[in-house]
Amino acid sequence: MKRPNPSSTRNGRRLTRRALLIGTAQFALMGGLALRMRSLQLKQAEEYRLLAEENRINIRLLPPARGLIYDREGRVVADNEQNYRIVMIREDAGDVEQVLQKLGELITLDPDRLEKAREEMARRSPFVPVTVAERVSWDEIARVTVNAPALPGIVPEVGLSRKYPYGSDLAHVIGYVGPVSDYDLNRIDDQDPLLQIPRFQIGKTGVENKLERALRGSAGTQQIEVNALGRVMRELDRREGNPGSDIQLTIDTRLQSYIEARLEGESASAIVIDVENGDLLACASAPSFDPNLFVRGISVPDWQGLNEDPYRPLAAKAVQGTYPPGSTFKMITALAAYEEGLLDPEETVFCGGFVEVSGNRFHCWKPGGHGNVNLHESLKQSCDTYYYEICQKVGIEKISEMARRFGLGIQHEVPLSAVAAGLAPDRDWKLRVRGTQWRVGDTVNASIGQGDVLASPLQLAVMTARLATGRSVTPRLIHSIDGVETPSGRGTSLGINENALRRIRAALDDVSNHNRGTAFGSRITDQENRLAGKTGTSQVRRITQAERDAGITSNEDLPWERRDHALFVSYAPAEAPRFAVSVVVEHGGSGSGAAAPIARDVMLQALYDGTPPLSTYPQNVRARISEQQRRIDAMIASKFAASDRA
Amino acid sequence: MSYLEYNVKYVPSGFRKLFYVNWQIVLLLLAIAGVGFLMLYSVAGGSMRPWVEPQMQRFAVGMVLMFIVAFIPIWFWRNVSLLGYLLAFGLLIYVELFGAVGMGAQRWIDLGFMRLQPSELMKVTLVMLLAAYYDWLPANKVSHPLWVAFAVFLVLVPTALVLRQPDLGTAILLLSGGGAIIYFAGVHWAYFATVIAAGIGAIFAVFQSRGTSWQLLQDYQFRRIDTFLNPANDPLGAGYHITQAKIALGSGGWTGRGYMQGTQSRLNFLPEKHTDFIFTTLAEEFGFVGGIALLGLYALVTLFCIVAGLQAKDRFSALICLGIGVTFFLYFFVNMAMVMGLAPVVGVPLPLVSYGGSAMLVLLAAFGLVQSAHIHRPR
Repeated sequence: MKRPNPSSTRNGRRLTRRALLIGTAQFALMGGLALRMRSLQLKQAEEYRLLAEENRINIRLLPPARGLIYDREGRVVADNEQNYRIVMIREDAGDVEQVLQKLGELITLDPDRLEKAREEMARRSPFVPVTVAERVSWDEIARVTVNAPALPGIVPEVGLSRKYPYGSDLAHVIGYVGPVSDYDLNRIDDQDPLLQIPRFQIGKTGVENKLERALRGSAGTQQIEVNALGRVMRELDRREGNPGSDIQLTIDTRLQSYIEARLEGESASAIVIDVENGDLLACASAPSFDPNLFVRGISVPDWQGLNEDPYRPLAAKAVQGTYPPGSTFKMITALAAYEEGLLDPEETVFCGGFVEVSGNRFHCWKPGGHGNVNLHESLKQSCDTYYYEICQKVGIEKISEMARRFGLGIQHEVPLSAVAAGLAPDRDWKLRVRGTQWRVGDTVNASIGQGDVLASPLQLAVMTARLATGRSVTPRLIHSIDGVETPSGRGTSLGINENALRRIRAALDDVSNHNRGTAFGSRITDQENRLAGKTGTSQVRRITQAERDAGITSNEDLPWERRDHALFVSYAPAEAPRFAVSVVVEHGGSGSGAAAPIARDVMLQALYDGTPPLSTYPQNVRARISEQQRRIDAMIASKFAASDRA
Repeated sequence: MSYLEYNVKYVPSGFRKLFYVNWQIVLLLLAIAGVGFLMLYSVAGGSMRPWVEPQMQRFAVGMVLMFIVAFIPIWFWRNVSLLGYLLAFGLLIYVELFGAVGMGAQRWIDLGFMRLQPSELMKVTLVMLLAAYYDWLPANKVSHPLWVAFAVFLVLVPTALVLRQPDLGTAILLLSGGGAIIYFAGVHWAYFATVIAAGIGAIFAVFQSRGTSWQLLQDYQFRRIDTFLNPANDPLGAGYHITQAKIALGSGGWTGRGYMQGTQSRLNFLPEKHTDFIFTTLAEEFGFVGGIALLGLYALVTLFCIVAGLQAKDRFSALICLGIGVTFFLYFFVNMAMVMGLAPVVGVPLPLVSYGGSAMLVLLAAFGLVQSAHIHRPR
């Protein structure tokens, strides 16, 4: 058997030839590597050795200036102010304690800050600069700079920090920034090297948080040569970053400040929305807090104070708080029935003070009942029995569907923290969440906005704007980013029967302008700017039969946290709506007593873009109103005097 | 060629095989691995942990594996090459399917003592299968379009899979390694001319595709290319690696700063100092002399592979030796070119020096194949 020798065949010769060719190519490429090594290590060695040793190249990040936030009138509501701080680089310092001691002889150091800095230095890499003193005066900076040779690793820096000139008035809208924490770093998936800068400030809540990316901008870099002492020899290269985008809000700060002052002493919230385009002119929650406290890092007692306050100042109640909408929900029930053709507006229902539904007794708010009421009267006098009757014909599914068309039970897209979705309950929801079947009694409760129905003040304002216009108005908080306007929230027609809307609006007009309307006391007497609205009083808990028997029927007999929530939704002018206002006063008692007067005052401020003439108020309250106005003016003035000093 | 034909001439058996081992290659591999241990000891700041100890253990396992592979006759390996390819392919699919969903995008399989990357295994099994394929294929069919297409298919399928991972480095190695064997096998040069022309066209297309809806590479891959072309563009990102690697390399000079004296590579400038960028430490601490020495060791290994390939009496052995030689060459060439700023950063380890189990084990097993071809060569 003859074994063919591969190299003797034609094929084998080709293999040898090609192997040699590839082998030669490989060695040529290796030669290339050797040449490259020679050029890097021998020819340019001096240059690189210099870079590496005598002058180390440092790459520094240049933090961009954070975008400013303006209100609709162009007032700066989130500003950057310069401050000086002193940082220390452990690697360059050598003996950290000795250097800190020397530094302590030159300037006063805060022991808490120092403790934090030591901890941070132990944790981070040696070349990461750590802040040892913040908000240092110019004199102190000068002293440190003069003594720089004796303070290795100490570098004075100038930085920008956030300032909120309007303090607590816009705290819930703008939110606040704070130093990036390990918790933030773990939570957000963000490769931005800026976040590695110690104590870099990022938005924690509100618009500052939701529009963080736009506001932050991008980092610039600076390549510098420093000598062995850490002195900057020269700048090799500098690439400027992009400053953050400026943002303009739709908020009118003047109106917002007025509302915050007007709500003083209550746990309440109010929304003002422009029905034309959905602009949120005000979004106020009271009490509030000073966001500037958080920028510096809030102290423990301050934090505990805010957290333990029963009025919950940290919560942005206007968007986060959800309440049973009470009687402000009745328009939804009525429209659902009307759309289904189950409601004749002229037909009357007899209200005898209560209705029995499957063995349970449901009370109207008026003990003796309203007698015969039609749709118009039921809204004007806020009769409950009327809705107990019609809702049973419509059923919960249609009611909740109508609620969602009006923006209840769905989360509106507003760049604020924890915007509540509220709840428009239906059979499916109850089965899923509660695990029980929907019952007629649930529908009866829901028909007057009690039971499971939940809505936030923002949702109520949107609902009112949609009632007033018949369009799917959506709220808009950001007017423009870097001068580019965001889409308007004008919306398109909801497709609701215009006749039905007209009747509802006529009834809402009478609520505050007819002498038997529930909000007659809070009317606007200027006929051009008549207020249309609906009161709501939502029970926090059911009044038990035992309490009823013991004579406890009114709120004044109850402790604060068990009193009813007071609600009022409104729009004006009644004939040609411009603004919608919703007000919720937590445990305020009744809608007509606690919420409607606030809504009227706020509405007038919005309509007149300033303090309205007294003639717009009914004769009997003018003296009290002018006293109130003086008090509020003084309150606003003193607040700004204080913030100017600080 | 059958087993019988091999027996016509003398083929060593039993422990006599030890006399026929290509000891030069074994010594070279020991020397290269020794350099690796030294460098890992240095980058760990003069400590056996966390890298040197496991690396030594794996090297020992790898050497044993190499001898086991070497002592098994080469025709056995030819017969199981398809099986090996399918196994590696199955594992690739497995990590592609389950690695991405269940295990947080991991690309390895935990074997307890080490993590096996199927893509590393594929580099050798692909060489084996192509060698077996051309051993089986009659010489007159080698350049037939259909048979060429099949070989190309065998290369492209695993390449596409690793490219999806995405692991550009391994894809380049598979593609070039596979292409080299097809070339050695004697496929007509016109195919290669066409492929090279198409390749130039493809590179053009890739750049044209950028920013369009049919973008052919990931954004980060484009950025790496940008960074490679102009490192100063991204001094903090990927360009940072290249700039710092160059500084470390350049500051080594003729003889370097001395063992354990490197500052640049040990000051945490390079996050991958113990894996892909380990050459910078060597070049900084031992200078040009050290770098050239390691390059010399690698060159000798490549040379011995070519010699073993030319000495082989059958096609399978010849192609295995040449193919593994080329794969090994591609490893260190791409890695060094990357570190020296001649190629984009694609993530290929320095063979036998970089810290990592899969590459080392698979490479040593591959050299076992070269040894097996050498031992079982009819004399």
